Amino acid sequence: MSAALSIQGLEKVYGNGFKALKGIDLTVKQGDFFALLGPNGAGKSTTLGIVSSLVQKTAGSVSIMGHDLERDTFAAKQCLGVVPQEFNFNQFEKVYDIVITQAGYYGLTAKQVASHAETLLRALDLWDKRNEPSRMLSGGMKRRLMIARALIHQPKVLILDEPTAGVDIELRRSMWEFMQKLNDEGTTIILTTHYLEEAEQLCKNIAIINHGEIVTHTSVKELLAQLNTETFVLDVAGDLMDLKGLESFRIEHVAEDCIEVTMDKGQNLNDVFSVLTQANIQVRSMRTKANRLEELFVNLVQQHKSEAEV
Amino acid sequence: MSIWSIQWVAFSTIVIKEVRRFMRIWQQTLLPPAITMTLYFIIFGNLIGSRIGEMDGVDYMSFIVPGLIMMSVITNAYGNVSSSFFGNKFQRCIEELMVSPVYPAVILAGYVMGGVARGVMVGIIVTILSLYFTDLQLHNLAIVVVVTVLSAILFALGGFINAIFATKFDDITIIPTFIITPLTYLGGVFYSISLLPEFWQDVSKLNPILYMVNSFRYGILGISDVNVSVAITMLIGFIILLSSISVWLLKRGTGMRS
Repeated sequence: MSAALSIQGLEKVYGNGFKALKGIDLTVKQGDFFALLGPNGAGKSTTLGIVSSLVQKTAGSVSIMGHDLERDTFAAKQCLGVVPQEFNFNQFEKVYDIVITQAGYYGLTAKQVASHAETLLRALDLWDKRNEPSRMLSGGMKRRLMIARALIHQPKVLILDEPTAGVDIELRRSMWEFMQKLNDEGTTIILTTHYLEEAEQLCKNIAIINHGEIVTHTSVKELLAQLNTETFVLDVAGDLMDLKGLESFRIEHVAEDCIEVTMDKGQNLNDVFSVLTQANIQVRSMRTKANRLEELFVNLVQQHKSEAEV
Repeated sequence: MSIWSIQWVAFSTIVIKEVRRFMRIWQQTLLPPAITMTLYFIIFGNLIGSRIGEMDGVDYMSFIVPGLIMMSVITNAYGNVSSSFFGNKFQRCIEELMVSPVYPAVILAGYVMGGVARGVMVGIIVTILSLYFTDLQLHNLAIVVVVTVLSAILFALGGFINAIFATKFDDITIIPTFIITPLTYLGGVFYSISLLPEFWQDVSKLNPILYMVNSFRYGILGISDVNVSVAITMLIGFIILLSSISVWLLKRGTGMRS
């Protein structure tokens, strides 16, 4: 089975001499929910821009569902749907017209896609706004409109460049559900995001890019397994002064009724609870201190930066 | 579905989008040329024309009407494509097309046909208005149609190339202001070049708009300062040249792809 996306030796040098991509290789399997992560200016958007035919590559090759983007452009582009980071629809066109026009670019008439357009617009909560000019929509609605537009021709591969940027938490969650359902139905999704919680929650595989090079390319599970420690924040009630038996854990008193417990891989959280129960300390709530993937991301990017400096 | 039927639907979609655009803003696209040309008819045709008398054997009003219709067609065909395509670049909605599998030649054909549609529609409006001021003849309908459509295509292509290179809105007004308008006024809209000294007649024959105006006038009145066959051949030649350049620019992504 051909890969949903195969990138080989991709290079991009901009007119000012800036080398945005230094020969990257990347493979995304069919049916994957894949995250391409990296700090600002790392090369994410350039990579996706080349895949979307919006940026001219300098060297290398890109295949979408086995179709070479240069030699078999038509078939490659038919398989792809793109949700860009910036709003890029006509602000004066009506919501419904924007979606139907995009279908036309893929050879689908308004009549052929009427039912699918309605399904998409309803699923993305835009059906009631279908006759409104797109400029009248809120930021979140505009983002959902771009998703509806990208899906109108039922692409096999969907690129989402920061799809939930600037979207409120509730809406972000509903978009996650929508994307998850889409992936479950067989659409390969390639996502870039700065919300690493989003990548951790949704994605199966991940690549981190920095300074135009792939720093890591693995499964989210394997990446998270690299974490050696994890920190939990516990809101407690009771006297914390004479806490004994937790010497093997790193405990930090953050406030009078709050501690941070850092534990190594292999240590058991139950041991912490036993000690606290014996000391008559109640745990009111518990949460992880930081996003695990975020921690790894920062480590990997910093490590790559140090190596580059050496 | 074959590739060609997909491209046909894409072409129709672009044309429909373009027509919908200029119809939506008819106050900016269809009304101004109607008002401007009516003023030309009143001032140059009625008021000044009545003192001029005849030009090339016809009354002055009848003489200027074909030129003014052609002027409306070419400026609107040009303006439609340049403003629409540049507007799409500016709003980045051109990316919708760049991501899609639509062939560059089809993108070009769609925009050009949108420009032709506006040029022809304005031409029809101006023609209807002119009937209030003069009895329009029709010498050769085929030549009227062919010259109108070819001229509109040629100027729509010009507008397209202008929009590709434009980086700001000012850039799409420079060529119409400094090149097309002067060439139109010097292209025999208001006078016959037979009035000019021989040297300036030869210079005028370098102006492509002279050929369009005179061929169109021939179709309406049966009089022309130029050979109509030469004019039509020139139009076709320039259309082939500008189309090839436009497709090449689109394939390269000039002005659109970084």
